[in-house]
Amino acid sequence: MRSRYAPILFFSAIVIAVQILTFATGRQQYLTQLTMTGYYSLVIVGLCMLMGYAGQISLGHAGFFAIGGYVSAFLTTYDLTQLKGNLLIGFFSRTGLIVTVQDLYGGDALVFHPWMACIAAVLMTVLIAYVIGGPVLKLKGHYLAMATLGFGTIVYKIVLGTSFFGAADGLSDIPGFKLLPGLEVSGKTAVRIQNYYISWGMVALGMLLLTNLIHSRAGKALRAIHSAEDAANAMGVNTARYKLNIFVLSAVFAAVSGVFLTHYNGGIGPSEASIMKSVRYVAIVAIGGMANLWGALSMGIVLNFLSLRGYFGSYDDAVFGVILIMIMLFAPEGLLRREVFQGAKKWISGRGKAEGQKT
Amino acid sequence: MNIELLSQYLVAGITYGTIYAIVAIGFNIIYNATGIINFAQGEFVMLGGMIAVSLHAFMPLPAAILAAVLATMIIGALIEIIFIRWLISPSVLRMIIITIGISIFIREAALHVWGESVRALPYFTGTEVTVFSVGDVHISPQVLWVTGISAVMVMLLTFFFNYTLLGRQMRACSANRDAARLCGISAKNMVTLSFVLSAGIGAFAGCVVSPITYVQYDSGTGLAIKGFTVAILGGLGNSTAAIAAGMVLGILESFSVWVMPAAFKDVVSISILLLILFVRPSGIFGSVEASRLKEF
Repeated sequence: MRSRYAPILFFSAIVIAVQILTFATGRQQYLTQLTMTGYYSLVIVGLCMLMGYAGQISLGHAGFFAIGGYVSAFLTTYDLTQLKGNLLIGFFSRTGLIVTVQDLYGGDALVFHPWMACIAAVLMTVLIAYVIGGPVLKLKGHYLAMATLGFGTIVYKIVLGTSFFGAADGLSDIPGFKLLPGLEVSGKTAVRIQNYYISWGMVALGMLLLTNLIHSRAGKALRAIHSAEDAANAMGVNTARYKLNIFVLSAVFAAVSGVFLTHYNGGIGPSEASIMKSVRYVAIVAIGGMANLWGALSMGIVLNFLSLRGYFGSYDDAVFGVILIMIMLFAPEGLLRREVFQGAKKWISGRGKAEGQKT
Repeated sequence: MNIELLSQYLVAGITYGTIYAIVAIGFNIIYNATGIINFAQGEFVMLGGMIAVSLHAFMPLPAAILAAVLATMIIGALIEIIFIRWLISPSVLRMIIITIGISIFIREAALHVWGESVRALPYFTGTEVTVFSVGDVHISPQVLWVTGISAVMVMLLTFFFNYTLLGRQMRACSANRDAARLCGISAKNMVTLSFVLSAGIGAFAGCVVSPITYVQYDSGTGLAIKGFTVAILGGLGNSTAAIAAGMVLGILESFSVWVMPAAFKDVVSISILLLILFVRPSGIFGSVEASRLKEF
């Protein structure tokens, strides 16, 4: 029991330590990228669950991220004033699900409350993931890769070609997301520290959920599917159902981080749905060592942070391509194999260094 | 909708269909030899077009195309030798990820070499506005080049695989690798050859279509997805069916513009891909058993 929660406590301690460190060294601007890194890491741990534990590749996870982000962005910015007379809209606005905000020109606009938008986005994702996941997960190998790639491309083409999703410009001027009174997801400098904690709190929560899942009966079933699907099936594991549920779960992780990051950035563009993003998520999971949540998380933190800070310059995508090739050629089990990682964890915990620095 | 417009859409559909079919044949050659899908296939097409455009600055068009095809073939061979040849029975997932990595690498390299600008070779005969008319249907001569050259390529390939020793050796390897090796065929060389061949076909296709479709550092991805759709539609590994499937997809796509915005053209073809994958992964033309007999 202790060993299961220790990494999460350790992780939380690092999150706090990093915040204090940036405060002490006066590099508060790093918090912005760290916050974004947190949300991207959430997609990655979700995908790690699907790729590593259920053994299914998905080259379309940026699609789910975009569905979450776009649905929430659309609902919180689309002005419903013309529909005011509508009975349903009237009901929503009486119950506080629709709020009045100021639009760009100082007028009043009637939009959905972010909570409502967030829930709608997640429900939408669950629905799409179930519909797509059912037939997709019956496929294997190339077919599975291509089907998920196809799904990702469809989402990308749709957001790129639809005018009310802003076409190539995407959606902008998205209001902040007031989670609770005094707790708002937005990119304003005043709430930077608070947002850093929201983001990493979400990651910690996600990790808690996933580690519990891995150690549960379902987790054991998943690992059985990964190592030998037919054998697992023969032992009475409902492989199709487990795979589908994990697929939906990882889609929800992607969608939630899409919702939060969109409100944090105040906008979302079609590039978030692009295939390159999906490939990048896959690359990070592969480097982290497939069935290794903490490995995927730490690689996700390091690579996303470096990428967001612009260290790779115009070679950004190339870096991920080369990493993919190198890892798959020389270390297909991932850089942070379970044994290596646990060894390093023991070694590191003695020194109390930041999570990201060990790699 | 009148008959002229209908025929015009049909011509456009056949043109694009031919292009997709050529990319699909490239997929099939490597798939037959190795059992893997080379996700970098579209990049060969892009490289062929790009290199030819660059070389055309100092040499006549036929020489530039020939040199571009040869250069892409060498690149194809290098990719196989460096990344694939020495892997011992890699898993499908590993091969997918490696070839995706290669495709990203080539694309980014192309971005740094050629920049983001859109390029094209000149029309082989005449100019953009040259047309000749059959009744009320206007056809660009380049369309005839595309379909003609594709037809010749397919015929040459059929001849190669059926009547030459090397082609038969490749088929032997794809039918039964171990048995072929026992007969003294170097399976590894055959795999390299398959990469060379499909790189060459892709590059040549890239040159021929570039006046119509233009070429850009990232134009390979879209073509690869279309090519794969066609390969699946025809039944993976079956190149004759791929030609028919290419026509079907090209024409469907062309007519989809008539009922919905052109921006959703790709959505149509990918939806077809998903539908085929879900309902009939052996392809519309292949029976399940026939798809196991991997023949060109």
